[in-house]
Formats: sequence, structure tokens, C-alpha cells
Amino acid sequence: MNFIVGAFKPACHISVTFSDGKNRKQIPIKKDNGQATTVPLFHSQDNITGTITVEPVSGKKVEHNGIKVELLGQIEMYFDKGNFYDFTSLVRELDVPGEIYERKTFQFEFSTVEMPYETYNGVNVRLSYVENVLGYRYVLKVTISRGYGGSITHFQDFVVWNYTPPPSINNSIKMEVGIEDCLHIEFEYNKSKYAILTQLYFTSPFETKLNCTSCCLLGQRLIAMLILNWNADLSRYHLKDVIIGKIYFLLVRIKIKNMDLEIRRRESTGSGSNTHVETETLAKFELMDGAPVRGESIPIRLFLSPYELTPTCRNINNKFSVKYYLNLVLVDEEDRRYFKQQEITIYRIGETQ
Amino acid sequence: MMISNGIEDEEKWLAEGIAGIQHNAFYLHRALDSNNLREALKYSAQLLSELRTSRLSPHKYYELYMRAFDELRRLEIFFKEEDRHGCPVIDLYELVQHAGNILPRLYLLCTVGSVYIKSKEAPAKDILRDLVEMCRAVQHPVRGLFLRSYLAQVSRDKLPDIGSEYEGEGDTVMDAVEFVLQNFTEMNKLWVRMQHQGPHREKEKLEKERNELRDLVGKNLHVLSQIEGIDLEMYRDTVLPSVLEQIVNCKDELAQYYLMDCIIQVFPDEYHLQTLETLLSACPQLQPTVDLKTVLSQLMERLSNYASLNPELLPEFLQVEAFSKLSNAIGKVMEAQVDMPVVGAISLYVSLLTFTLRVHPDRLDYVDQVLGACVKILSGKPKLEDSKATKQVVALLSAPLDKYDDIVTALTLSNYPRVMDHLDAGTNKVMAMVIIRSIMKNKSWVSTSDKVEVLFELIKGLIKDLEGISTDELDEEDFNEEQNSVACLMHMLYNDEPEEMLKIICTVWKHVMSGGPKRLPFTVPSLVFSALKLVRRLQGQDGDVGGEEVPATPKKIFQLLNQIIETLSVVPAPELALRLYLQCAEAANDCDLEPVAYDFFTQSFVLYEEEVADSKAQVTAIHLIIGTLQRVNVFGVENRDTLTHKATGYSAKLLKKPDQCRAVYACSHLFWVDDQDGIKDGERVLLCLKRSLRIANAAQQMTNVTRGSSGPVTLFVEILNKYLYFFEKGNPQITASVIQGLIELIKTEMQSDNAVVNPVSDAFFTSTLRYIQFQKEKGGAMGEKYDSIKLGG
Repeated sequence: MNFIVGAFKPACHISVTFSDGKNRKQIPIKKDNGQATTVPLFHSQDNITGTITVEPVSGKKVEHNGIKVELLGQIEMYFDKGNFYDFTSLVRELDVPGEIYERKTFQFEFSTVEMPYETYNGVNVRLSYVENVLGYRYVLKVTISRGYGGSITHFQDFVVWNYTPPPSINNSIKMEVGIEDCLHIEFEYNKSKYAILTQLYFTSPFETKLNCTSCCLLGQRLIAMLILNWNADLSRYHLKDVIIGKIYFLLVRIKIKNMDLEIRRRESTGSGSNTHVETETLAKFELMDGAPVRGESIPIRLFLSPYELTPTCRNINNKFSVKYYLNLVLVDEEDRRYFKQQEITIYRIGETQ
Repeated sequence: MMISNGIEDEEKWLAEGIAGIQHNAFYLHRALDSNNLREALKYSAQLLSELRTSRLSPHKYYELYMRAFDELRRLEIFFKEEDRHGCPVIDLYELVQHAGNILPRLYLLCTVGSVYIKSKEAPAKDILRDLVEMCRAVQHPVRGLFLRSYLAQVSRDKLPDIGSEYEGEGDTVMDAVEFVLQNFTEMNKLWVRMQHQGPHREKEKLEKERNELRDLVGKNLHVLSQIEGIDLEMYRDTVLPSVLEQIVNCKDELAQYYLMDCIIQVFPDEYHLQTLETLLSACPQLQPTVDLKTVLSQLMERLSNYASLNPELLPEFLQVEAFSKLSNAIGKVMEAQVDMPVVGAISLYVSLLTFTLRVHPDRLDYVDQVLGACVKILSGKPKLEDSKATKQVVALLSAPLDKYDDIVTALTLSNYPRVMDHLDAGTNKVMAMVIIRSIMKNKSWVSTSDKVEVLFELIKGLIKDLEGISTDELDEEDFNEEQNSVACLMHMLYNDEPEEMLKIICTVWKHVMSGGPKRLPFTVPSLVFSALKLVRRLQGQDGDVGGEEVPATPKKIFQLLNQIIETLSVVPAPELALRLYLQCAEAANDCDLEPVAYDFFTQSFVLYEEEVADSKAQVTAIHLIIGTLQRVNVFGVENRDTLTHKATGYSAKLLKKPDQCRAVYACSHLFWVDDQDGIKDGERVLLCLKRSLRIANAAQQMTNVTRGSSGPVTLFVEILNKYLYFFEKGNPQITASVIQGLIELIKTEMQSDNAVVNPVSDAFFTSTLRYIQFQKEKGGAMGEKYDSIKLGG
């Protein structure tokens, strides 16, 4: 009987204690079973050290072919749930094959570990039936290899955050501001039922003059023209940043009801024809109520801190990207929506910064 | 039907909104009671979301707003007590900005902002600037107006004014001013924009609703006026130019009118006076339809009140050239508003005139200048037909009269008659009447012929027929009243110097002459008596003037009088003329001018003979002649004989016997003047009386023949009384026995078969007898005289 019971119960308890765990910031996470817990926070280049305790269930011995601890960086695709792709894998052998009769502790140390990517938890699965949602994590995996009955494993999660300096301005983003983009949007206007903001230019603070010759050439009705003045060097914000800006209405030919600023997150996985994209609106922030007239300027002040943002990730291991967009939406009195979307780069700065 | 539905719907929406507020207020209160900041913010944001509605009219929206306002007061108190919610105000200031909807976010921000200022943890100016800037996000006119009015409300006691606790450390009055000015500007823009919000067909309704909100905008100006730190310099250099710039630029009639009025009402008069030029220079730049006349009138009224309450400030008015600035401004406004109706223009000048009269009563040149400007407006236009404009002109012309109590002042205004020329004939007359009444009321003498000349030029509407109005159409009563007024007026024309007085009379005469037959009967008597008054005065001074050459001699005046009365022949008004001749004759008598007096009598008789045809009129006339002649004593025997003879002759030739009789016995007095030097010709008296007795007899007999009964004895009794009169006066020809005979005669007549009982004549006779009896019993000399008369029976 005992044998059978033993086959279903773990033969021993494994626990991991980080040596500086008490001094580390505890970050709340949600485990797979939905339970909330807190785990310590690490940064890239940190030394990850600690103690692993193996304690056999009373009166049993644990026979093993060796004990090791692995530090894994894993990507889990929700459409491929259960299969992990390890992008980082470090191993420390803890014990040579033998038997454990009683509680035994092992020290371990991973020095200056390179952990380039931050822990990221994707969209709540339950809400999303699509399969391309993803998550990735860092985990310590303790494995006690056994010849029979399979190995005993224990996972200890921890979170990695990386503080970064402000990213340099991406030229491709700037390009989006130009006339080409305007033409592109115009194209979509004819295709979809939405009237897409055709004459809505986004311009950097340095460009004050607008060239609307192109608009006229299209033979389209010019409905609105505005200048958007953003703070920061256009399109990059840290997690606790404030978006500050001003919108100048140079020309308004529609009856605007209100104007919102949305923050959208786009997760994309896979590549080529297998690319899956999931977009989620994290914030809908009303900027303006009513119809402005020519010459009006509307202030923008959006605090990012209330929203659950993460740093932008570009093409992590060719597996996935997380990108953020600001979407400016004008709604007219007939509930037509005119919008203009622009990518912003989110980064994390240190607490003290 | 649709409208009523609209109203019902609105009621429903309002009720829903209120219910929403109450619902959230309940949870808000619970959160506040448990010091739960997060919940408080959540429910207050939800509560404020009710204000996002677009379905209510401003009126109803206000109701909703007030309810939300009350809740915000509670929230503000909560925010103030950091120990209750544990959140520093600076963090709170960020926290409320997390709200997703703009309107609740900004209401909360303003609320926290006011707490923030109060905490003094940040400079007031920075917070105010941030708030007023952030509020730009609400571009919906009604919602924006209410939001900003909330901002104005919560900030007004926290402005860094002089002496306020928020002043200092870089926070100056200027910051307060800038804040209020900016809020004002933004609110006005929203308010003006409101008119473009709805469908075009509802324009009228929209304008009405818009008007209801005007005080929200005006409140800012009120707040500005309450800022102690705004001194004249700041008002002149910053506040006024900014406000005016906004007013001019908004190009909206309603707003411009209201706000100009606001400026005038809320800021001190002293500032207006010192910034008159700036304020006025804005006027011509306003929309051409703005009711500037009301605006400027208000301004002028305020300034003139200010001046009259503070007479010591008058030099300041002169120093800033208030009058010429106002006058120029009005001129410019006229140029800018070419379509301004005449009535508007004139009423503006009425205001200016009122201002001038109150502030510079001594500056007649100003008054004349105003009138001159009016002439300019009126000239080139047809006579006024617009009754309102006419009223304004009348007001314009009446103002100096009311002010100066003395028409003479008005008479020196050269433009006064020129303005009057632009009135239609009817109004011209009304105005003339006003002038006359003013003279009468104030008893102001018009004392030179020049002034009289001007005056008559002014009232010429009454003096002669004006073009375009036919006398036939006139209401007779009105006409009589007017002419009587003119007649009265003549007695107000007076000068102590006879020479000048004569000139006055000549001037009046010149004007009156053109009056035509309808007016002369009214005006001539007055003029005649006025001249006679002068004669009387000269008569008194006769001896004093001595060697000096006096052109104004009675003789000269009588010549004039002759001419004057003669004109009545065109009327014709012989009876009136006759009376006037007789008056003149009497005056000539008093001046000892026998030939003149004789001539007047002659004229009278000629009139009697040739013009007075009516028998009744003849009776009156002859009695007048007799009466006058009796009093005249200037004549020598020959002239007197001629005249008395004529009078007696005409008396006996009257148509009716009783009239003859009465006239003849009246003539008896011509021979017995009860004066010291009076003629006393007893015999001719008796002759007259006997003659009248004969006529009476003849009359009695005639009645007998024609009626079959004798007439009453009245005539006899009357004659008896004459006898008694002369008897008492001591006429030797009238003896007791003659009287006795007459008494007997009367008694016989009364007892004759044909006699008709006439109580009146009987009573008359009885009274006469009783008088005789009384005299007898009284005794003395008279009693003795009467003693011989036996009353018999």
C-alpha cells in the first residue's frame, strides 16, 4: 500500500530559499492555478544564490541519480500550452547520485546571470479564446533524477525586471508621421466602413508647418487638420511617465463630439504566415468634450501609472513582440470615428531614477 | 404638440439626472463617512458623469449642476482633511486626473486645486494657471461654461489679491488678473459659440437660452471688479484692454452688448472717467447691430450721476475732456453703424445732452454742439415721420428747458431752432407748447426783442400756418388752447425799459400779423393789452422824462394800436375790435390825448354802424360805448356833445323797444358824472329818463296790441330806480313829485285789467318801494329828501 501511496505522493519536499530573498522586492504574480502569490524580483546581471532544501517524507529514503538546479528563461505560447521554449538555460549540479535519508540542504549560485528579457504575463487566457496569447517567465527548476518513478521536479518562479535608459528614437516611427502614411490611411478609408482620419497629421514638435498639398491632390474633403505636440522625444515613455501634450486645431470641418486617447497593446507571435496578433485596449482616456473650433488648443495630460503596462519588447527570440500604441480617436456627431495610431516605446526606469 | 413633448422629455431627463446624482451621492457619503478615498473618488466621478448630458436646456442643466455643486462642497471638505484620507494634496491632485472621463476629471481637479491652493503647498498662480488651462478640454459650450463657472466659484476667494493670504512669494495680483481674464475669455468664446450649436430653425430658442447664461460670463467681470489690487493703472493698462479685445474680437452682438454693459456697471465710475477714450474707442468696432445707444446712455448716465454726487470732481471731467470724447465717440459710432435708425441716433444725443446738462450746466456751447450734431443727422432726411424718433427729438429739445428753468438760455442756442425745423408740423407745435409751458411755469421773463424774435421763430408753428398742414383739419379745442397759450405768453415778454418794450411789442406784432384770421382774435387782444400796459407806465412817468427824446411815446403806441386793431377787420371781429378801441380810448383819455381818444371813439362808432349788425351785439356794443364814454373826461364840450349825441341816437334806434329803453336810460349817465369835476347836466338827464319812459310806455302799448295783455312793469321799475339814483345824487330836475308820479304810474299799470302777474317784476317793484321806505325811516338828510314821497296805501 505504501508503495502505491508513495507513487502518487512526492517522495520528498523541495524548497528553494534565495539568500537575499527577504531584502528583495516582492512582486505579486498569478500562478497557473489562478492563485496569487508574491515572488522576489531580480535584475539582469544579478547573482542568484540561495539554498535548496530536500526533505524526504518522514521515514523514507530518496534514491537518486543526481540533483541539479536549472535557471530557465522560458517562453510559453498559449496556443501551444505546456510546451516551453527555453531561451536561457543554466545548470548547476547539486549532488552526485546517492540516497537521501533525511533533510539535506544545498547551496547554489548563478553569478551575474544574463537575463535580457523581462518577465511578461500576457492577456488573461480565460478572456481570450485565441491561441496566440503568450507569456514568458524565469524559473528555477530543481530536478531530482531517479531511475524509476520519474524525476522529482520543483519550480521556483521569480520575476526579472530590467531598468533601461531611454531608448533612442527609432527612425521608422518618425517615418510614419509623413505623407506616405496619410496616403495609406486614405486607402483604408475606401475599404472599410470606418471613416479613417485622413487629414489628421501627427507631427513632431519640430515640424510646425503642415504640407497639405497631398491631401488636396487626393480630391478628398479636408475635414480636420491639427498639430499634436507631444512631450518627450516623441513616442517613448517609461512606465510611470506622463504623456503631456497639446493639440492645436488648425481646421475643423466636422462636428466633433469628443476625442479620446487610447493606449493599445499589441502582442504578436510567430513569424511569416504564422504570425498571430492580439490587440488590447488598456486605456481609454477622454481628452476633449465637445467640438473645438479653429484655433483651439486642447491640453493632454495622461498619467501612465494607473495602467498595467510593461516595457515594449521587440522580437524576443524571434518568437514574439509586445508593442504599445497611442491611438487618438475623434468621434463626430454621427458617431463616425476618425483615428490615428502611433507606436510608443515603453521602457522601465529604476525606482530611484 | 412637439414642443410640449420636448418639455416633458426634458423633465424626464432632468429627473433621471437628479436620480443618478442622488444615487451616487448616497455611496459617496458612505465613502466619505468611512474615509475611503478610493470609493469617494469613484462615486464622485460617477456622480459628476451626470453632468455629461447634452439633452438638457441650460436652465435645466443649471438645476442639475447645482445639485452636483452641493456634493462637491462636501467632497472639498473631505479633501481638505488629509488625516481622513491619508493622501497628500499633491498626490490627490494627480490621483483625480486618472478619471477616464474629462468632465468629472476636471470638476474633481478644480475641487482639489482649490484645496491645493489653500494648503499653500504650491504657488497659487501655478495651480490657477494649470486649472484654467486644463479646462480647455471641455469645448462643449454649455458644459464648458458651467465647468468654468465652477472654477471661478471655487477660486474666487483664493486669488492672490492684495492683502489676501495667497499673495506674495511670486504670487501677485497680476496672476489673479491673468487667471480671471483667461477664464473670462474662454467662457466668452464658449458662450458665443453656443449659437452655432443647434439646428438653424431653433435659432431663436437658442438665443434665448444663450441669454440665460450670460451672467455666468459676466460673473468674471464682477470678480475682476472685486479684486482690490486692480488700481487704475492696472485697469487701464491690462484689464480693460484685454476685456475689450475679447469683446471686439468675439464679433457677437449679444455678447458685445451684454459685456459692454457689464463693464460699465461693475467697474468704478472713476475708472471709466479715466479710461473713457479706451472704452469708447471700442464702440465703433462692435457689430453694427449692437444696441450701442443703450450702452452709451448707461455710461453717460453713470458718469453724470457720478459728477452730480461728487461736484468736486468736475475739474477732472474737464481735464479728461469727457464731453468731447463722448461726443467724438458717438460720431464714430454713427459712422460705423450706418444703418442706425434716426431714433437711435437722436436718443444717443439725448443722453449726451443729459450728460452735458448735468455735468457742465454752464457750457451752453456744449449743448449747442449736441444740437448741431443732431441737425447734421436730421438734415438731408425728410421730416421725421417716425413717432419714436419724434419723441426723442422732443426729449432732446425739452432737456435744456427742464434744466435751465429759463427759456432765455435756450434761446441763445443757435441750433435749437434748426433742430425744431426738422420736426413735422404737429410735433413742432407740441414742442412750441412745451416751450411756452416752460416759460409760464418758471415765470421767466423774455426781456429783449432779439430774444422775442428767436422765441417766436421757435414757436412759429403756433403763430402761423406752416406748410403741409391745413388749418381746417385742426381740432378746434386744441387750436384754442394753443392760441390761448400764445396769448398768455405775450404777458411774459417784458422789459422795464419802455423803448425796449416797444421793440418787443413791434416784434411780436410782426409775427402775430402773419397769423391769419383764425389766430388774430386770440393774439391781438393780448398784444393790445400788453401795449396798453406800456402806455399806462409811460403815462405815470410823463413828467419825469423831461428833455430826453423818448421815441416810445404814448402817441406812437396808440398809432401802433390803431394799426393792430385794424387788422381784426380781416377776421372780421368787429365786436372784439370795438371793445379794444374802447380800451384804447380810455387809455388815451388817461393820457390826456383828446384827439386820439376821439379817434378811437370814432373808430368804435364806425364799427358799430358798419359792422355790428346783430341786434344783440348792438345792444352790448352800445352799452360798452356808453360805459366807456361815461368815464372819459378828456373831451371838450363839442367833442363830447358829438359823441354823447351819437350814443344817445344809436340807443334810441335799437331794434327792440326794451333795449331802446334801457340804452336810453343808460345814456342818462353820460350827462351826470358823479365826480368832482364831472359834468352834471340835470336837464338832459331828465330828458333821457323821460324819453326812456316814453319808450317803455310804447313798449307796453305794443304788447297790449300784439299779445292782448300788457307786458311786465320791469322797465318802469328800472326807470324808477334810475330816478331814485339821480334823486339821491341831487339832480335838481328829479323831484319827489316826479318820483311819486312814476310810482303811481307803475301801480296803475299793475292794477290794470290787462296786467299779467309777473313775480319777478313785482318783487323788483316791492323791493324798490321797501328801499324808499327804508330811506324815509333812516332819517337824516336823505330821509328828509325822501319824506315827501308818499308810498300810499
